[in-house]
Amino acid sequence: MALSNIANLFGRSPIKPIEKHMATAHEASADLIPFFDALIKGDLKEAEQIQLRISAAENRADDIKRDLRLHLPDSLFMPVSRSDLLELLHAQDEVANTAQDIAGLAVGRKMQIPESLQSLMTTFVESAVATSAQALRAINELDELLESGFAGREVTIAKRMTEELDELERKSDKLEVEIRASLFTIEKDLPPVDVMFLYRVIEWIGELADRAHSVGNRLQLLLAR
Amino acid sequence: MEILSQYGHILLILACVAGFFMAWGVGANDVANAMGTSVGSRALTIKQAIVIAMIFEFAGAYLAGGEVTATIRKGIIDSEIFASQPELLVYGMLSALLAAGTWLLVASILGWPVSTTHSIVGAIVGFSAVGISPDAVAWGKVGSIVASWVVSPLLAGTISFLLFRSVQRLILDTEDPFANAKRYIPFYMFAVGWMIAMVTLTKGLKHVLKDADIKLSFLQDAGIAAIVGLLVAGVGVTMLKRIKRDTSIEAENRFANVERVFAILMIFTACAMAFAHGSNDVANAVGPLAAVVNTIQVGAVTAKATMPSWILLLGGLGIVVGLATYGFKVMATIGRKITELTPSRGFAAELGAAATVVMASGTGLPISTTHTLVGAVLGVGLARGIGALNLRMITTIAASWVVTLPAGAGIAILFFYFFKGLFG
Repeated sequence: MALSNIANLFGRSPIKPIEKHMATAHEASADLIPFFDALIKGDLKEAEQIQLRISAAENRADDIKRDLRLHLPDSLFMPVSRSDLLELLHAQDEVANTAQDIAGLAVGRKMQIPESLQSLMTTFVESAVATSAQALRAINELDELLESGFAGREVTIAKRMTEELDELERKSDKLEVEIRASLFTIEKDLPPVDVMFLYRVIEWIGELADRAHSVGNRLQLLLAR
Repeated sequence: MEILSQYGHILLILACVAGFFMAWGVGANDVANAMGTSVGSRALTIKQAIVIAMIFEFAGAYLAGGEVTATIRKGIIDSEIFASQPELLVYGMLSALLAAGTWLLVASILGWPVSTTHSIVGAIVGFSAVGISPDAVAWGKVGSIVASWVVSPLLAGTISFLLFRSVQRLILDTEDPFANAKRYIPFYMFAVGWMIAMVTLTKGLKHVLKDADIKLSFLQDAGIAAIVGLLVAGVGVTMLKRIKRDTSIEAENRFANVERVFAILMIFTACAMAFAHGSNDVANAVGPLAAVVNTIQVGAVTAKATMPSWILLLGGLGIVVGLATYGFKVMATIGRKITELTPSRGFAAELGAAATVVMASGTGLPISTTHTLVGAVLGVGLARGIGALNLRMITTIAASWVVTLPAGAGIAILFFYFFKGLFG
């Protein structure tokens, strides 16, 4: 009877770890704001420190992801589909990875942001980070969703949040076009290799917003019955 | 005959010890399952759960356990067969008690899932079929008991599913869940009170009322039960009044306050669960004991016998001692593991299980409380209410059904021949 107790009927609920994972991924992407501030100031030392912080957050996210995957065997019966949940986890993980790639590349290249791009760059990074913050807000609805049995009003609330995410991602796209155009006008006065990598970092920041947006998409799929 | 008069006292003491041992096993292991959900969802502390268990297990055994005891005592076997050799029935029932108790102990040590109900039924069938003759077993009755083991989890699951769905519809999925929780929860409380009063009136108190020459029609029973239900709901409402909305905890989860309201309801369903468990499982332990005591006192196998109240007292005492000595520990382990079950789910699972068990006890079918509760929890899970359920457990449960019957039967047969050889 020691084993027949109903406690063994309960697996570990994936909801809290998923929320925690997204919070960690957002930690990594939120650090990009001070990181770019340091780059603009030309303070490489500080930038390196923040890059280490971002890396550490990405590692923590990886640990949570691994642990969660290990605790999602096939024999687990959950209110949402297992494959949808794993896809969502993957999408969240990409947010942390992209943030780490951006910081790593910028530090590795000892990147300098040209004067005329600086204010636009700050706005652009902030907008991408806002997208990931909104994704975190939507993911934090998961425990309320579980509470209401993934039905009714709660689903509507979560869906509305993901729609706001679409809005934010569109804004990031617009800014990306703008900043590229600005870079294009000054590119011939800059070292060509630096310009190449500037384009790449801009592309990746845009990707960060895309990744956060796809977290929202995955959440929508999870809720679609 | 002379065997019984010669060794009657020894056999009687043996039977009491074995019955107490069984009851201890039930108290130590089973009760923790029945009450673990309330502890896990933090509706009750372990101490409170133990006290509630003691009171309501006792009440359940005393007020509604009679039918199950009767089935265990003489429903499974055909007492006609034993008329010429009453001592065989005594040996057999003694063996059944010892076999079930031993098997429970072994299984607890090895950590195997075992149901008290299954082992005792298996043991009784075993000693009668092998030790006496296959004709001694009322196979039709055994068949219906086994069928009820499959039906009861299904029924409990269905009830819990519907209950949780109604909670979603009426409370969780509304503009103001907190206000609706306060509005609708008294109705669930009424249902708890009505159900328990109904079973007690129609089954448990039937004999008492008959002695007093009171005959109640079904409608009168329902009316009295409704009054009890209203009283229970009234107590509940006063308790609910004390729950004030605390907006500071809603930042983390909007439903935090709603769960606090459900925690009050959990206390009521925990009482119902303990009552149901007492009505079913205590009877399992004392049924064979009652048969032994009765046969020794009368010196023959009687078809009808009054249930001495001291036997139920002994059973109740065994459960309380089991709870106090060992159940505490099991309860703590289970409670820690069941935090996934929030009060709004726990109540649906417990009420579904309790209703099923109480109904089964009313018809005299011994069923496994734990398995019924497992069915109820799965029902809530199907309503998408639980984060994760481990379906491997279902296989384990099925395996335990298959293993426990022959194991209980085998050990009972060994004991039976041992006693037969010992006393002649």
